[in-house]
Amino acid sequence: MSNPFAIWVYLSASPLLWLTLTLVVWLFADFLARAANRNPLVNPVLISIALMGGILVVTDAPYQKYFEGAQFVHFLLGPATVAIAVPLVRHRALVMANLLPMAAALIAGAIVACVSAVAIAAAFGAPRQVLVSLAPKSVTAGIAMAVSENLGGVPALTAVLVITTGILGAVVVTPLMNALRIKDFAARGFAVGLASHGIGTARAFVVDEVAGTFAGIAMGLNGLATSLIVPLLMRWM
Amino acid sequence: MIRALALLLACQLTGETLARALGAPIPGPVIGLALLAIGVLIHARVTGADPSKIESTELGRTAGALLGSLGLLFVPAGVGVVQQLPVVGAYGAALAAALVGSTVLTLIVTVYVFLFVKRLTSKADAP
Repeated sequence: MSNPFAIWVYLSASPLLWLTLTLVVWLFADFLARAANRNPLVNPVLISIALMGGILVVTDAPYQKYFEGAQFVHFLLGPATVAIAVPLVRHRALVMANLLPMAAALIAGAIVACVSAVAIAAAFGAPRQVLVSLAPKSVTAGIAMAVSENLGGVPALTAVLVITTGILGAVVVTPLMNALRIKDFAARGFAVGLASHGIGTARAFVVDEVAGTFAGIAMGLNGLATSLIVPLLMRWM
Repeated sequence: MIRALALLLACQLTGETLARALGAPIPGPVIGLALLAIGVLIHARVTGADPSKIESTELGRTAGALLGSLGLLFVPAGVGVVQQLPVVGAYGAALAAALVGSTVLTLIVTVYVFLFVKRLTSKADAP
């Protein structure tokens, strides 16, 4: 029998192990979420990230090695975004009927998302570089990091803030909207997609397909709106 | 499934190419989303198919599978972010307050503006 350590050295360097673990950890987290009746506090994205991060720390595996396997999952973000066209086509009548509410909510929401975050952090005395890194936190990591870098922010800090905002919105949206007694799933979805990009959209698709569709639209539109608003906002700071 | 994947990837590829060619601050996949939606509607118009039944097509099933596990796709990037947590540094409390406060405020403002304008426009439509 060959040395178990040699087997581990082989496996931990191969994409197969990390890809398989990513899927198994997700299935486990998703099982917990189902068992909790999709309670928003039991967020499968957060659980998976915590478990997988813990496994990497315990096994002392470098993130680069992990990503060589996990990149196949990460890659699917692009085609999954394109796939939102399918529910969009199915619910096109509802989307067309809500163009004005979406336009107004986009402008108001995008401005509040940037300005309120910057104002709160500034009140706590955060320096300009941190404020720039924070301002685009509600949009997809790719856009947010580019906006932050162009204006002198720290892209790595922006990535942390983007992912945290995504999870926060996904956890908070259902209890918040229920407490406000808002039953319009188009409006609820649009709000969470605008505030919490793809991770909020993932939660919206779990709750309701109409909510997911509007979340996807809001995510796309806010990427554009925020990349226009943040440079203007930072000129005044 | 392979045909549907090829279609999704082709739309993304066209989107990425357009985004770069035009220097637009829109991600390629979002342009790909718009192209696919337009393409599906044109295809339905030409063939006389009902676009509302799209979920029972090969494309519809593949899209449903991807969107049903959308959260999974954020795990690899999220794990990388956990390792970057020390960059939060001395401003952890300020940033935590900003994220919580801003996320809740953004959700509330967005949902109420949406509903307010919806009510205004539906009243305007009424005879």
